[in-house]
Amino acid sequence: MRTLKLDLPLSPSQIQSLQPGDKLLLSGVLYTARDKAHQRLIQLIESGNQLPFDLSSSTLFYCGPSPVPPNKICGAIGPTTSSRMDPFTPMLLEHGLRVMIGKGDRSEDVQRAIRKHNAVYLVAVGGISALLARCVTYFELFAWEELGPEAIYKMQVQDFPCYVGYL
Amino acid sequence: MRKRRIVPVSLLREKLLEAVGKIYCQPDAEVIRLIAEAAHRESNPLARDMLQSIVDNARYAIEDGTPCCQDTGSAVLFIEMGEDASFDEGNVTELICATLEEAWERYYLRRSIVEEPLISRRVLQNRVVPIIHWKLVPGDSVEVIVGLKGGGAENMSVQKMMPATATIDKVKEYIVEEVAKTGGRPCPPVIVGVGIGGNFEESALLAKRALFDPLGRKHPDKDYAALENDILTLINTRGRGVMGMGEGPTALAVHIRTKSCHIASLPLAINLDCHAHRHTRFVL
Repeated sequence: MRTLKLDLPLSPSQIQSLQPGDKLLLSGVLYTARDKAHQRLIQLIESGNQLPFDLSSSTLFYCGPSPVPPNKICGAIGPTTSSRMDPFTPMLLEHGLRVMIGKGDRSEDVQRAIRKHNAVYLVAVGGISALLARCVTYFELFAWEELGPEAIYKMQVQDFPCYVGYL
Repeated sequence: MRKRRIVPVSLLREKLLEAVGKIYCQPDAEVIRLIAEAAHRESNPLARDMLQSIVDNARYAIEDGTPCCQDTGSAVLFIEMGEDASFDEGNVTELICATLEEAWERYYLRRSIVEEPLISRRVLQNRVVPIIHWKLVPGDSVEVIVGLKGGGAENMSVQKMMPATATIDKVKEYIVEEVAKTGGRPCPPVIVGVGIGGNFEESALLAKRALFDPLGRKHPDKDYAALENDILTLINTRGRGVMGMGEGPTALAVHIRTKSCHIASLPLAINLDCHAHRHTRFVL
């Protein structure tokens, strides 16, 4: 198993050099988005409106964090089941998304779209939220507060561990 | 009239707060022991690395007081109320809800419950809605099992009314296939709860209750114990391994619970729990 330390966002050539099963230690910015945030992103694209961040330079993390206790940078952080995002993912890939982090398999459609757009799906281990929280150096509510844990949070991570799933 | 034992609700509150305060950041110790052993045995580097991260996380979660998983789950309670016991005050269900709300605030647990399931799906911000299964049993004590059940593993549940004449092999095959096809979604290595018998809803309750049995306990009937063992072996042969990445253990234990059923029926339910497996038990 190769272990690679990489800064986000990943460039097309960095993505191309990856192999399934590689371990990555990522540093940079992640945006969380899960079910409801995906629905909203798609609605914004379909209605021709601006997204709250630039998809092509962003890394999406399928995560609904727990609340931030006082004197801590963040609460518990970890991946949710990616297949629930499958219906929305091909359109996000069409619009520039290249890097996603979650857990579990993706549909055939999503795998095909990932190959077509030279994107990458990364798998983080579920249920290791305290370990992943230790990698977070900055954390803020970014958009759509009313969605609670399903809002978009922006975080800066250092050596965040994940593994290459599909390319 | 029989003599009744009076149980103070203040004790229920205190024990319930303590229970949630323990399990939100402490995965089942036996799970962690088995995963540490599996990591030690594992020859595949990726699976070993993932297993080791689960072991490390268990330590960090306690050190930092951070939930071991960001999905702090639904609160599920099985309460066995002795027929000769009474609480000293009424509104016990309300007290349980208020106590859980207190725990959610105190430990910064995630608000994961929507008020209603289909139309608005608005997340409840100031109320915890637990799932409580009450049962009246002989005696004068009150046993409470409390679990925090994440959504990813729960979504992989199935209930199937099998043909009444289905063979043991058919039942075995069905269970193994259902668990194997979940891939990485329920956060394997998982614990597999199986309910056989009862009726439609009782089979599901048996499966859920079986999950909270002490890890790796054997069914008291030797034939069912052998079936548990066979199913575990087959799942680990055909399953997709740690987090569905193809290597390492898929399941840590299979617990079957059974009940009598109608001559026309063979109800079967499967309920999975992720490796965080947060549950505890106390007796009042």
